[in-house]
Amino acid sequence: MKFINYLQSITGVSVYPLTSLLLFTLFFTVASIWAFRADKGMMDHVSRTPLDHDDSQSL
Amino acid sequence: MSLEKFSYDNRTVKWFAYAATFWGLIGMLAGLWIALALAYPPLNLGYAPTTFGRLRPVHTNAVVFAFVGNGIFMGVYYSLQRLCKARMFSDLLSKLHFWGWQAIIAGGALTLLLGYTTGKEYAELEWPFDIAITVVWLIFGANMLGTILRRREMHLYVAIWFYIGTWVAIAMLHIVNSFELPISLFKSYSWYAGVQDALVQWWYGHNAVAFFLTTPYLGLMYYFIPKAANRPVYSYRWSIIHFWALIFIYIWAGPHHLLYTALPDWAQSLGTVFSIMLIAPSWGGMLNGLLTLRGAWDRVREDAILKFFVVALTCYGMATFEGPMLSLKNVNAVSHFTDWTIAHVHVGALGWNGFLTFGILYWLMPRIFATQLYSRKWANAHFWLGTLGIIFYVIPMYWAAFTQSMMWKEFTAEGQLKYQFLETVTTIVPMYALRAVGGMLYISGVALMIVNLVKTIRSGSFVADEPAEAAPLPKVAAVTHGKAHWHNWIERRPLQMVAFSLVVVAIGGIIELIPTFLVRSNVPTITSVKPYTPLELHGRDIYIREGCYTCHSQMIRPFRDEVARYGEYSKAGEFVYDHPFQWGSKRTGPDLARIGGKYPDSWHYNHMLDPSSMSPGSIMPSYPWLMDDRVDKSATPAMINAMRKLGVPYPHKYELMANADMEKQAKEIAASLKKDKVETPPDREIVALIAYLQRVGRDIKEAPAKTAMK
Repeated sequence: MKFINYLQSITGVSVYPLTSLLLFTLFFTVASIWAFRADKGMMDHVSRTPLDHDDSQSL
Repeated sequence: MSLEKFSYDNRTVKWFAYAATFWGLIGMLAGLWIALALAYPPLNLGYAPTTFGRLRPVHTNAVVFAFVGNGIFMGVYYSLQRLCKARMFSDLLSKLHFWGWQAIIAGGALTLLLGYTTGKEYAELEWPFDIAITVVWLIFGANMLGTILRRREMHLYVAIWFYIGTWVAIAMLHIVNSFELPISLFKSYSWYAGVQDALVQWWYGHNAVAFFLTTPYLGLMYYFIPKAANRPVYSYRWSIIHFWALIFIYIWAGPHHLLYTALPDWAQSLGTVFSIMLIAPSWGGMLNGLLTLRGAWDRVREDAILKFFVVALTCYGMATFEGPMLSLKNVNAVSHFTDWTIAHVHVGALGWNGFLTFGILYWLMPRIFATQLYSRKWANAHFWLGTLGIIFYVIPMYWAAFTQSMMWKEFTAEGQLKYQFLETVTTIVPMYALRAVGGMLYISGVALMIVNLVKTIRSGSFVADEPAEAAPLPKVAAVTHGKAHWHNWIERRPLQMVAFSLVVVAIGGIIELIPTFLVRSNVPTITSVKPYTPLELHGRDIYIREGCYTCHSQMIRPFRDEVARYGEYSKAGEFVYDHPFQWGSKRTGPDLARIGGKYPDSWHYNHMLDPSSMSPGSIMPSYPWLMDDRVDKSATPAMINAMRKLGVPYPHKYELMANADMEKQAKEIAASLKKDKVETPPDREIVALIAYLQRVGRDIKEAPAKTAMK
């Protein structure tokens, strides 16, 4: 149950923020490339999903 | 292909809509009450359940988990069925989800009023509720995933991704933050202590904002704005990037709540960098929502629903720009602990969550009751009352924040602090009164909405099971392999989506938490810091019970004015026995990190009995019941045992003699009070509280020569 600090230290803990920044940049780049290479027809089709069924009676 | 006939469950949607409205009103009224109590302290009524410290968690929990929570479920249950072209997976699970959540809210509100709290902001509910929340959340998840798996629409629309991401992240956050050791039915101690507890708590607290107040509402936005505007979302590609970038970045930003505290520097910087990066996906999402209305702006002039949505998105944009700015250390130095934070969260809560919920309610209720909205004029009036309410709420709060922060930091030419803390409070009390006016305007708008909706409901007839038909999913995907978009891999497979979302949110959590958890050098120990005595431990529990942390911080930042006002700045090693930490996030009252030994015992006694007798003009409530109620001695052994299990080094079998030690210390305090002509039996709660207050921050004060950093 006791909370233990298992390690004395991590050499150069500042590597953590750098790692995280790198991870994100890679992730973001890949996600963007994929998104913008997507098929236009499919994107249009999916984006219309909420409008597909008819409950759009006017107020 | 033959069409399958089925029906949408509107009953659960209706229940959640009613619940969101009801609890929203309760939560907002609780907020109004405490806002008024800050301007006019007699409204604390001298009665424990109605003091600020107990009502404030009721307000925050009611608004976050009851109003917004039920709002989420209302929107998810409505939109998910239609996006999946399937009825909710199980009516029984829907029912269990609804009633389970309402039971948690009602029980939670009651226990908070009675003073049962973990003392961790936005996670105040005690351990039985934490377990209940986990169970209900699993029920919600099973119902949602079941529906998705039975869907008749191949693609998972982006709103559903946000629902899935929300579900995964909240499950992780809630479980990690709720590790606690029960000592009785409604009392537990946090598994973590001090700095680590603070880091986990704000990793949770920040992401409760991210994944409870933001991502599910973005999902709702991606469904209901296209519906109300009757046109598809501006850019579906943006929405893909919006989703992944947002859930990836949000999880890292928690430490921006702890700038200039005793948290290690690298963790603070990590929080700042990711907070700044958050602007991109947040604004991308906001613009995506607003641009969806392109070509429909003429309707915005007429249609109250679109007006609510536009202001909601604008407030979302403002809050998500302000948030990253507040994460800059130089801005945070001014804003933190002031009403700026309060203004910031209310732009989000009143504008983004409130207005989006109202827009959805106005759109949805007439539809499930197959009628028209009773009065469009009233809806428009509600819009203006709400908007004015927000303005009258936030401007006085910004004003109060700047005024107070500047006053705190001002020195005379001789190098003395120019203002007493109390002067900085009495100066801004008129702003507190004005803020309450804003709250009243906002709530009057909500009242008008309720009347409007009741009249709408009466004019229609409820469609409990809305008939629908759709073709079942083909067994094999129709898209040829070569043309299939990469995202299909995840998008068509909800379980992959869950797993991938979990990986993405877990990365941030792991990188942020692991070093602080595992590395000893992150929390240098200070040898003169000793565990609390049993009486102090009782006093600390009373401090937590009364919600002192809602107004008092225990964290002196390394600034000239704070060191001059309060004493030596706080060190990580001072909090190693604090289960839970009590750093606080707001200074309506002064910081208490070095309160120990600052005043005589009798000062504290008189101050708790009638704060204005010691500090004329004080807006603190009085705590007369502490003078009468007895400390629960029978709990002492369990408290000591629990603390020892958590790593506090009480000697072997100390629980057997703890009560004797406690009585001895209590008698000493009673004797010291008697010298100042205050007669009190030593077994009263006030004695324990004085013992605690006199101890806080004293360890390193008393033995500076012995202080050693290991």
